[in-house]
Amino acid sequence: MSGYAGLLAALLLAPLLPGVINRTKSFFAGRRGPPLLQAYFDLAKLLRKGAVYSTTTTWLFRAGPVVGLAAMLVASALAPFGGVSAPLAFAGDFLFFAGLLGVTRFMTMLAALDTGSSFEGMGASREAQFAALAEPAFLLGLTAVAWKTGGLSLSGMLGTNSFATWSGAAAPLALVCVSLLVVFLAENARIPVDDPNTHLELTMIHEVMVLDHGGPDLALIQYAAALKLWVLGSLVVGIALPVRSLAHGWAFAASVAGMLGLCVVVGVVESCLARLRLTRVPQLLLGAGVLSLLALFIGLK
Amino acid sequence: MNSWIDADLVLITLTSLVLLGASRLGTSIRMVALQGILLSPLPLLLAGQSGFGPRAAMLAVATVLIKGLGFPWLMARAVRGGSQRREMDPRIGYNASLLAGVLLMVVAFLLSSRLPLPPGEGTPLVLPAALFNILAGMFVIASRRQAITQVLGYLVMENGIYVFGVGIASHQPLLVELGILLDVFAAVFVMGIVIFHMGRELDHTDTDRMTLLNDWEKE
Repeated sequence: MSGYAGLLAALLLAPLLPGVINRTKSFFAGRRGPPLLQAYFDLAKLLRKGAVYSTTTTWLFRAGPVVGLAAMLVASALAPFGGVSAPLAFAGDFLFFAGLLGVTRFMTMLAALDTGSSFEGMGASREAQFAALAEPAFLLGLTAVAWKTGGLSLSGMLGTNSFATWSGAAAPLALVCVSLLVVFLAENARIPVDDPNTHLELTMIHEVMVLDHGGPDLALIQYAAALKLWVLGSLVVGIALPVRSLAHGWAFAASVAGMLGLCVVVGVVESCLARLRLTRVPQLLLGAGVLSLLALFIGLK
Repeated sequence: MNSWIDADLVLITLTSLVLLGASRLGTSIRMVALQGILLSPLPLLLAGQSGFGPRAAMLAVATVLIKGLGFPWLMARAVRGGSQRREMDPRIGYNASLLAGVLLMVVAFLLSSRLPLPPGEGTPLVLPAALFNILAGMFVIASRRQAITQVLGYLVMENGIYVFGVGIASHQPLLVELGILLDVFAAVFVMGIVIFHMGRELDHTDTDRMTLLNDWEKE
């Protein structure tokens, strides 16, 4: 089982994750909820439609979704899955990975600003603010993992994660896990930070930036968002589950189960927590950064 | 065994960090209570390396009773009795406090790398965790206005000293440790009662405004 299986799984299964989250939330709310494959149906529907472009927008508006998706595709080639190396791996690629996430965000923000709508500009500003706080937590956490596992690439860090790694450094790895989970929720516009289902309030962040995209563009954005969910999730699962100790087929199955489990956790978190006040979000992200830093210190000790 | 000590120390450190960022008095008191309970297995775990005796067990039980249950109860009573404000209004904001916590952590780790442990004592994390808690407690005392939060800071500082004592000199007479515990208990008991009455008489325990109190009238 090579790393390409992981990439293929990311490309095919990513839209399944929002479905799992929504079903979990529906279960908690006592509803039946949308079908698990709803995201696939939405993508198919959107791709069949045409797009409408405002005359005030420039090429940036059209480039946003395309470049964003391209960056996420490269990022999913970098993220190891199922205890084997990713198709693309080199020393220091976690910096490149963070950069790719940044490119996606940057293009989405540019496209949002390009519409000239003040509402979207507000969303872009918030996205920039929170991303700037989430990034240190993410990088410090990965640095701590790199220190503990001795790998400089994502594949080296997570692909070699075994029971031995965990028994040697349980405390820092657990801290990084929690920290990355917070980053995962923030980056994917999930509930303690942003509510993916609101379309009315003035507190939305990610959804407000894509309001003016329609048809295939929106499909690209939603697919890129699902990929981001998968890719960041695979990092959290990769650290949490020492699947290296298992045989390849089992490791792959365990990782997929881990991803679904993570989505259930996200659904539970979203059902049990209210969204934080916008002024409290930086504190949450700062807390995640502090956890990462603590993990790094303990790792150094 | 070592990893259990480390996990416990990390959790103690985390409770201090939460205390630095907590905006509610209730959360702060609960964090200090949790910290007291987390402290209690330390003497057992650390003494366990050479087989623990009844004195370590006694210290653990005393810690749970005094730090985990006694102090928080006193604090909660002081909050309920006096008309304390549930939301605190610190001199330094919560985010800035958390960042200061990071700085203190750096200082604690730097300092502990300069202070070599006697070989075979505790784990490498004992010293930084102890120093961080002492510094964090001092920071809380200095940066909060309300008397009750300052007492909480004092408790965290004492917890740091406790970690230090138990971790560095596990073979020191545990009676000394018990004696310190009793002293702190007396101090916090008095403070709890004072704050309770202060809150009743003055409707607030804001230490900034207390400095205006005088024996004589200013002309």
